[in-house]
Amino acid sequence: MADMGPIATVSLAMLAGSLRVSTPFLFVSLGECLTEKAGRINLGNEGVLVLGAMVAYAVSYETDSAWIGLLAAMLAGIVLGGIHGAICNLPRVNDVAMGIAIMLAGTGLAFFFGKPYIQPTAPRLPSIPFGFWSDSQQVRSALDVCPLFLIGIACAFALHWVFRTTRIGLRIRIVGDSNDAARALGLPIGRTRLLATAAGSGLAGIGGAFLSLSYPGSWNEGLSSGQGLMAVALVVFSRWNPIACAGASLLFGAAGALGPSLQTVGVTWGYYLFYAAPYVVTLVILVATVAPGKALRGIPGELTLGR
Amino acid sequence: MTAAPADIQAAAAPTESVRPADPWYPLRRTLEAIAAPLAALCLAAIVFSVFLLAMGQSPAEFIDLIWRGAFGSWFSLQNTLQRAAPLFLTALCVALPAQIGLVVIGGEGALVLGGLAATVVALPMLSLPQPIILLAMGIAGAAAGAFWIGITGWLRAKRGVNETIVSLVMAYIGIALFNHLVEGPLRDPSSLNKPSTFGIGDENMLGTIPGLDLHPGLPLGILACVLVWVLITRTSLGFSIRVTGGNLRAAQLQGLAVDRLMILVCALGGACAGLAGMIEVAAVQGNANASLNAGYGYTGILIAFLARHNPIAIIPMAVLLGGIGAAGGLLQRRMDLPDATVLVLEGLIFVFILASETLFGRIAWFQPRASS
Repeated sequence: MADMGPIATVSLAMLAGSLRVSTPFLFVSLGECLTEKAGRINLGNEGVLVLGAMVAYAVSYETDSAWIGLLAAMLAGIVLGGIHGAICNLPRVNDVAMGIAIMLAGTGLAFFFGKPYIQPTAPRLPSIPFGFWSDSQQVRSALDVCPLFLIGIACAFALHWVFRTTRIGLRIRIVGDSNDAARALGLPIGRTRLLATAAGSGLAGIGGAFLSLSYPGSWNEGLSSGQGLMAVALVVFSRWNPIACAGASLLFGAAGALGPSLQTVGVTWGYYLFYAAPYVVTLVILVATVAPGKALRGIPGELTLGR
Repeated sequence: MTAAPADIQAAAAPTESVRPADPWYPLRRTLEAIAAPLAALCLAAIVFSVFLLAMGQSPAEFIDLIWRGAFGSWFSLQNTLQRAAPLFLTALCVALPAQIGLVVIGGEGALVLGGLAATVVALPMLSLPQPIILLAMGIAGAAAGAFWIGITGWLRAKRGVNETIVSLVMAYIGIALFNHLVEGPLRDPSSLNKPSTFGIGDENMLGTIPGLDLHPGLPLGILACVLVWVLITRTSLGFSIRVTGGNLRAAQLQGLAVDRLMILVCALGGACAGLAGMIEVAAVQGNANASLNAGYGYTGILIAFLARHNPIAIIPMAVLLGGIGAAGGLLQRRMDLPDATVLVLEGLIFVFILASETLFGRIAWFQPRASS
């Protein structure tokens, strides 16, 4: 449609972008939130994201079903997260550094096995056309929402409910808040953290599957632009609250969509600077929310982030 | 961070220690610091061999190719040392902050910005004598790197923001800034396929060492490692840094300027990484282009952890990793393995090295004995 003004076009593109770009953020940040609630930090989710994207694409191509690909990506995430969780259970092992190692290993494995899948086209996840009411092609394509986005939002509320009202949620929070309290109650600290890390990475794997099976919708080595790392800052920003994670993901998605949106109206200046926008947002959020000498509200007590 | 106290012990082992009843303990402690990473390397090699076997490839051929591609001939050895040159410096960018207990992993950003700053400074003064140009480039590169990582140190010290995440995010921002400047305002319009800045001119580049076909980045990197070792283990500044890394509260009670030390150590590390960028420009590239962003900063993280943040141990580890990188091309051609094979191997080594941290203090033979 040629009759839309540039501001309307940019805002529409940002809306569409934030619905799409935010989905991987949503899953990775929920996974990271779950892991951090149990008192551990997993930077390896970046590697899980890339590996999940590759596994989803490859399995979807081989089996001709995007949903089986999604499941495989989740399993790959659980395995990689389980390795992180198990090794970090050993005394004296630094979880932040281990996350970087897992990131390197996951990315390496994804590139290693992903080489043959860069060319072929795999079946993608279907999308739900919420824009059916509009005549405008742009509005329609903007509101083509992947069901994973809705599942992600539902996951956020479910996770919130689990933390607030269930026995399992309470146990995760105790383990995350105080080793001593957990020990006094006889809770299995190591096992809880291992399972929380594995489950969190499983969610991150779904986020990766979204990257290769829905938007951008193909597998290549530059697919992830650090969403797995930004998720850590996003969780800090959300104060370890899953529902706030969903909101923050939308914000980050909009920031990430800024550059491409401006390109649609012909602004090509500073492509790389807009590409860095989510990182700048991350940095500003971290600096603004952390106060020196004071613990953050809502921070799990055993998190090394809080030191 | 758990890495720091153990490292201090390792660095201090040969000379100073609380003389316990056991005179051989310092030696055994050093042996422990060597044996644990070595065991981790061996385990990583075994797991990687299994991986290769599962892929239907021969581990023996792989090791043979790594050997030939990295150290087998004078040509491949040169290639290895050439690749190792920036790695000494980017590893120091991790190892220096580690002395004060910080995990800083943003060397890649400092490296590319250092290279860019060095180029920008050199361009208006190309008519001056070569040594002046190179000196100015070195200062500019180091200053840019020091500034970039110094920000991380400042945020950590003054605002209490987690330095690992900040440095990582800053690396991404630095690389984006670099790409923007190289492909936009600072681009040489005649560089079509590979956007780059104007060149500093072949006559102004660092020459090779007479007799060897090597650029001076290698001796400079080794010199930097030795100097940092002296700084950390033989000066009172280094001692304050290690005290702060070992016990922050104790350092504060002693009246040490903890904040300033943190910023200083980060800036020093950043200066090393920035210098690595300058050397890459002055000795290899001739201008600033995307080839600077080749992962030297990330490999440096791995090297620093392999060396357990000991500046002297960085030297062999950087050569080892440089060699594995140098052999990558040969592996691709001969065994038809994708270039990510090296990444898988590095990731495995990293995982095992970090896991080997748990061995410290667990094996009785290495521990102090009550009587002698």
